[in-house]
Amino acid sequence: MTEPLLSVSGLVKHYPIRHGVVLRRRVGAVRAVDGLDFTVATGETLALVGESGSGKTTTGRLLTRLLEPSAGRIVLAGRDITHLSMGKLRPLRRDFQMIFQDPYSSLNPRHTVGTIVGAPFRLQKVRTAHGVKRAVQDLLELVGLNPEHYNRYPHEFSGGQRQRIGIARTLALRPRLIVADEPVSALDVSIQAQVINLLEDLQDELDLTYVVIAHDLSVVRHIADRVAVMYLGKIVELAGRDALYDTPMHPYTVALLSAVPVPEPAGQQRRERIRLQGDVPSPVNPPPACRFHTRCWKAREICRTVEPPLAELASGHQVACHFPENAPES
Amino acid sequence: MSLPVVVSDPNAPEVFLAVEDLRVHFLTDDGLVRSVDGLSFQLDRGRTLGIVGESGSGKSVTSMSIMGLHRVVESSRAGSARIQGHIWLDGEDLVAASPERVRRLRGKKMAMIFQDPLSAMHPYYTVGDQIIEAYRIHNDVSRKVARKHAVDLLGRVGIPRPAARVDDYPHQFSGGMRQRAMIAMALSCDPELLIADEPTTALDVTVQAQILDLIRDLRAEFNSAVIIITHDLGVVAELADDILVMYAGRAAEHGAAEHIFRAPQHPYTWGLLGSMPRLDRARAERLRPIRGTPPSLINVPSGCPFHPRCDYAELTGGDSLTDVPGMREIGPGHQIACHLDAEQRLRIWRRDIAPKLSSEGTA
Repeated sequence: MTEPLLSVSGLVKHYPIRHGVVLRRRVGAVRAVDGLDFTVATGETLALVGESGSGKTTTGRLLTRLLEPSAGRIVLAGRDITHLSMGKLRPLRRDFQMIFQDPYSSLNPRHTVGTIVGAPFRLQKVRTAHGVKRAVQDLLELVGLNPEHYNRYPHEFSGGQRQRIGIARTLALRPRLIVADEPVSALDVSIQAQVINLLEDLQDELDLTYVVIAHDLSVVRHIADRVAVMYLGKIVELAGRDALYDTPMHPYTVALLSAVPVPEPAGQQRRERIRLQGDVPSPVNPPPACRFHTRCWKAREICRTVEPPLAELASGHQVACHFPENAPES
Repeated sequence: MSLPVVVSDPNAPEVFLAVEDLRVHFLTDDGLVRSVDGLSFQLDRGRTLGIVGESGSGKSVTSMSIMGLHRVVESSRAGSARIQGHIWLDGEDLVAASPERVRRLRGKKMAMIFQDPLSAMHPYYTVGDQIIEAYRIHNDVSRKVARKHAVDLLGRVGIPRPAARVDDYPHQFSGGMRQRAMIAMALSCDPELLIADEPTTALDVTVQAQILDLIRDLRAEFNSAVIIITHDLGVVAELADDILVMYAGRAAEHGAAEHIFRAPQHPYTWGLLGSMPRLDRARAERLRPIRGTPPSLINVPSGCPFHPRCDYAELTGGDSLTDVPGMREIGPGHQIACHLDAEQRLRIWRRDIAPKLSSEGTA
């Protein structure tokens, strides 16, 4: 196998909780991301899914180095970027870019579309063949916007169009890796589909690699090649898309999939639904050993005492569970 | 406190809730926003209506009008609503009623569950106090009795240790628990009409499943009429008996949930169903989005508001550009607002839509 574009090992992000005014004693930590290992190959789409508090957004921000990891290593295209300084990081930033969730707050309302989409060229002092304006107009066309809208302001566009502006800005420097944090969840259903199709077309056209962070499992099945399911800062299952959706092994994945409402009135009764009790526990004080044992219907004594490792149970299918479902006979 | 007896209006329809030709317009600096423009529907006790639509379709404005939550000002001040038409609730026209009268109906006759419990609950008062307040307005009971009622309700909606949690503040609850507390608040006076506006949109999928179960159980218990407003067709399929699809402030399609999902007839409904990726179907290589964007409600397109995005608008011989289609009956309890005739729709459905929506799915 060729060298992966992105490889992450032992990635940790803890936010200290401090008490006191003068001494600021450290009394604990929010363990937002607590030991992740995965790789992303060139041209593929890896999706990180999980509920709020699972650490998926923190992971995305660590990958793009908007946050500094507490421990672990991030290697992008053969370079260790884990602790690079801002100055050293800047020239590398053109290789990895981010698409944000909220198309309303991620665009400066006082800048024109031309300024917004052209900003990466100026910041990186990139020379374009026919000037920045021409480059921006090409980008607008690429994402399906009218190039003549160069001088308009974000408020003149709808939510879906704004998300396209954000995507155009992301693409300006031809990045290799794009981390998209909930790229369509703020959009209406009919517009969601347009943006999903656009992201897929761009991937084919420009040979992009995506890490997509999402909570909508139907959307993830549509766009991802591989899926990592996160729970309380850890990956509990990582598998190819079809394997994950057809034969999920971790009980949490099984429960997540069964909880998705299906637009089929008669289908509701037929489906067997697993009801999880309660909410996701606090990442300040996660349950010991297997973090899912407090909500798991299969939990036994060992789940409370021994942490299950993320083990490869089938080819390309990793699970962290003592009692996996759909496990192949061994 | 007893409600004064209101003599039933002779024009009032038999049905529990009837919305007739409702128009809600807002005056803004940019122009008149026609948020709801001629909407009619009916709902009986014990039934659940799902209102589906995208942002700006008028679904939330409709529910706020029923609850009387729009600021209605006679003058032409910006931001005020102008409401026309009738909202008949149990024989009483809420549009004509005084704000004071509607205020008395709120809580007992009708109640609402909002999308975002954190902003719908008061951060300075305990969860218990907020439930107690609503209960004591409509019931002449002591604080102690009301408090016991609040604890009972919190227990019913699945809050663990309700007797202790009743004294917590909203910020001490998790998102799912806050939504439960708000449901408890809405149910505190056994409302006859319950409106849930995107009740699970802010929640995680496992918690959403818990809340949908809860609403289903409570509905069976109270025999209330329920309106559930959402953009998620999956949520609506779980709960609704009937579905109203809204577009640009008007009804596009209305019928039994069974019909809307199995044999939808309006091109917008086709588009909605076709653009969502679905877990219960084989994975499609490509989604089929609706082209264009939802219209501005200040400049609603002429004729059928959906015509600029409709793939079949040319088939109407220009009608869809000039005439606003009215709702018409096309089957028992199934209405659509579309110029296409039955034969055209059937042909399009068989040729273009049905194969893509169902055949690749599970049997």
